[in-house]
Amino acid sequence: MEALLFVLGIPLAGGAVLGLVGHRDSASDLNVAFSFATFVATAVLTAQIIADGPILVLHEQFFVDPLNVFLVTLTAFVAFTTALFARPYMRIERDHGKMTPPRMRLFHSMYQLFSFTMLLALLTNNMGLLWVAMEAATLTTVLLVAVYRTPASLEAAWKYFILCGVGIAQALFGTILLYLASERVIVAEGGGLLWTNLDAAKGSLEPTVMALAFVFMLIGYGTKVGLAPLHNWLPDAHAEGPTPISAVLSGLLLNVALYAILRCKVLTDGALQTRFAGDLMIGFGLLSVVLAAFFLSRQRDIKRMFAYSSIEHMGLITFAFGMGGQIASFAGLLHMTVHSLIKSAIFFTVGHASQKAGTQVMDQIRGLMRVSPTVGWGLMLGSLAILGMPPFGVFASEFLILTTAMRDFPWATPLLLLALGVAFAAMLGKVQPMVFGETTVKPLAHPPALIPVFVHLALGLMLGLYIPPYLDNWYQQAARLIAGG
Amino acid sequence: MPGLVTQLINLFAVMLLLLSFALLSQRRVLSLIHLFTLQGATLVMSTTAMAFFTGQPHLYYSAALTFVLKVVMIPWLLHRLIVRLNVRWDIEMLINIPTTMLLGIVLVIFAFNLALPISQLSVSVARGTLGIALACVLLSFLMMITRTKAIPQVIGFLAMENALFFAATSATYGMPMVVELGIALDVLVGMIILGVFMFQIREQFDSLDIRHLEKLKED
Repeated sequence: MEALLFVLGIPLAGGAVLGLVGHRDSASDLNVAFSFATFVATAVLTAQIIADGPILVLHEQFFVDPLNVFLVTLTAFVAFTTALFARPYMRIERDHGKMTPPRMRLFHSMYQLFSFTMLLALLTNNMGLLWVAMEAATLTTVLLVAVYRTPASLEAAWKYFILCGVGIAQALFGTILLYLASERVIVAEGGGLLWTNLDAAKGSLEPTVMALAFVFMLIGYGTKVGLAPLHNWLPDAHAEGPTPISAVLSGLLLNVALYAILRCKVLTDGALQTRFAGDLMIGFGLLSVVLAAFFLSRQRDIKRMFAYSSIEHMGLITFAFGMGGQIASFAGLLHMTVHSLIKSAIFFTVGHASQKAGTQVMDQIRGLMRVSPTVGWGLMLGSLAILGMPPFGVFASEFLILTTAMRDFPWATPLLLLALGVAFAAMLGKVQPMVFGETTVKPLAHPPALIPVFVHLALGLMLGLYIPPYLDNWYQQAARLIAGG
Repeated sequence: MPGLVTQLINLFAVMLLLLSFALLSQRRVLSLIHLFTLQGATLVMSTTAMAFFTGQPHLYYSAALTFVLKVVMIPWLLHRLIVRLNVRWDIEMLINIPTTMLLGIVLVIFAFNLALPISQLSVSVARGTLGIALACVLLSFLMMITRTKAIPQVIGFLAMENALFFAATSATYGMPMVVELGIALDVLVGMIILGVFMFQIREQFDSLDIRHLEKLKED
C-alpha cells in the first residue's frame, strides 16, 4: 500500500519539482534521481506482491496483479535507464543550441509526468481512469515531440495529437459502452468500471454490447499501440522528437496501450465465449507486421526505420495475444519485455550515432566503429537482437510465437516469416555500413552514457538463455490471466 | 412522466444532431465557436434534465462541470486564440458543403443501425439517444477530415468530446465522478496545449493551414 503510493507519488512530485528547477544544470541529475527512486519503489512493491500476492487498495481504485506488476517494474526500469541516457544526450543537444533552458525544463518536467501517467495507467483498477491516464500520456509527450520547433517536428506533433486524440476518443466510446454493459450487472455505487468487479461478473455481461465495446477500444488503444492502419503518427513522432522520448514511446507507451487492450480482451472473451476478440487482434497484428516490414525497407531516416520496427514488433505481440492460449500469451509477454529493453537500447545508440554524424539520414552515417566502438557494437548487437538472432530473448519469443502459429494458424506462418525475412534483410543491410567501414563521424563533447545500452542488451541476452524461476512464475500467472485458463 | 422525460431528452438529442450538421456546414470560424458553445449549452440542459428526472445527484455536478468547461472556458479560450492569431473569417474545405452533408446523412443512418441492438438493451430512460450520440461522433469526425485549417479541426475534436459526453450521460446516467473529473481535466489541458501549439505552428509557417503539415510522407 505505502509502496504503491510511493510508486505514483515520486514521479508526480518529480514533475512538480522539475517544473520549477528543470532548467538548471543539476536538473538532469535530479531527473535521474527521481526515476531511480521510482524504480526502487516499484522494486519494493514487486517484492511485496511476490511475498503476499495481489492487492486491491484505496477504495478498490488501484490493484496489483501478476499481469501489471511485471509491466510496472519494466516501465520504471526503462524510465530510469532512459533518464541516465538522457543526461549526457540532452546536454549535448543543449550545447548544439537545440535546447534552451525553458525547453530543458519542459523536457524534465514532462518526462516525470509521462512516467506518472504510464504507472497510473498500469496500476489503476478503473477502466475510466485507465483512459484518462492514456490520454494524459499523449498530452505530456506532445509538446516534447515538438520541442525542437522545426517544421517537421511541429507536423509530427500535430499528427500525433490529432490522430491519437481521435483514436482515444473511440476508446472513450468503448469505455462508455463497457459501462453500459456493466450497469445492468454491477450495482455497487461507482463500481461499474472497476476491472476486478467486471472480471468477476464478465460471464453475465451483455455479449452484443461487449463486442461493440471491444471493437471501439481496440481501435482506440490500437492507435496508440501503432497497429496498422492507424500507425501513421508513430514514425513521425519517433523521428522528430528528442531521442529519449523516442525510447520511452517505443519502450513504454506502446506496451501500456497494449496492456489496456489485453484488459479489455479478458473481459470480452469472458462475455462472448467466442474467438471474436482474438481474431480481430490476429487480423490487426498480422497487417501491422507485414506493412511495417515493407515500409521499414524503404526508410532513409534511422529513427524512422526503428520506429517501423516497433510497429512490426507490436503487431507480432498483438498477433500472439490474439492467438491466445498459455504458450502464445507467455511468448507475447516475453516479447513485450525484450522488445522494450532492446528497442530502447537501440534508440540510445541511435541517438548518439546521429549526434556524432550530425544527421539522422542513414546514408550519411558511416563507420561508427572507428570513432566509438561502444556505440558501433551497441547498434550492431542491438539490431541483431531485435531482428531475432539467437541467443537473444527476441529469438526465444519469436520462436514460440511461430511454432504456435504453425500449429493453430498455419496460414499465417508464411506471412510472418516473409515479413521477418524482409525486415531482417532490410535492416541488416542498412545497419552494417553505418557501423563498419570508413568513417565520417566526429567524437562528442560529453562522454555518452552507454552503460544502459549494455545493461539492456545483457538482460535481453539473459532472457534468451535463461528465465529466472520467479520471473517464469510471473509470466505463467500473467499468461493464465490473459488466456483465461 | 417517463414519457415526458424521454421526449425532452430526445428533443435535446435532436438539437445536438442539428448543431453537428450546422458545424459541418459552417464556413466562418467565429460562427463555429458560437455553434460549439450552443452545443455545450444544450449538453448542460440535457444533463440537468436527466439529473432532475432521475434523481442522480452526481449528474448535477457533471452538468455544472460541463457548463464551466464547455460553455465558458473553452469558448473563451477559443475566442482569445482567434483574436490573437487574427484568423476570424477564413475556412476552406476539401469537399464542398452539399457533398459533405450527404456524407453526413449516410453516417447518421450507419450510426442508427449500429446502435439499434444496443439501445434496446439499455435501462436508461433515454436509451434511444445512443444512436444520435454515435452519429454526432461520426459527424465531428467527418468535420475534422474535411477541414484544412487548424482551428476548425480542433473544434471538430471538441465537438466529438461533447458527443461522447452526451453518450455517457444519456445512455448510462453518467460515468463515475472520478472518471468525469479526469476526462474534464484532460480536455482542458489538451485545449491549452493546442493553444500553445498553434502559436508555434504560426510562428513557423506564418499560417494555420495544416496543408503545410504534409511534408512527412511515407517513403
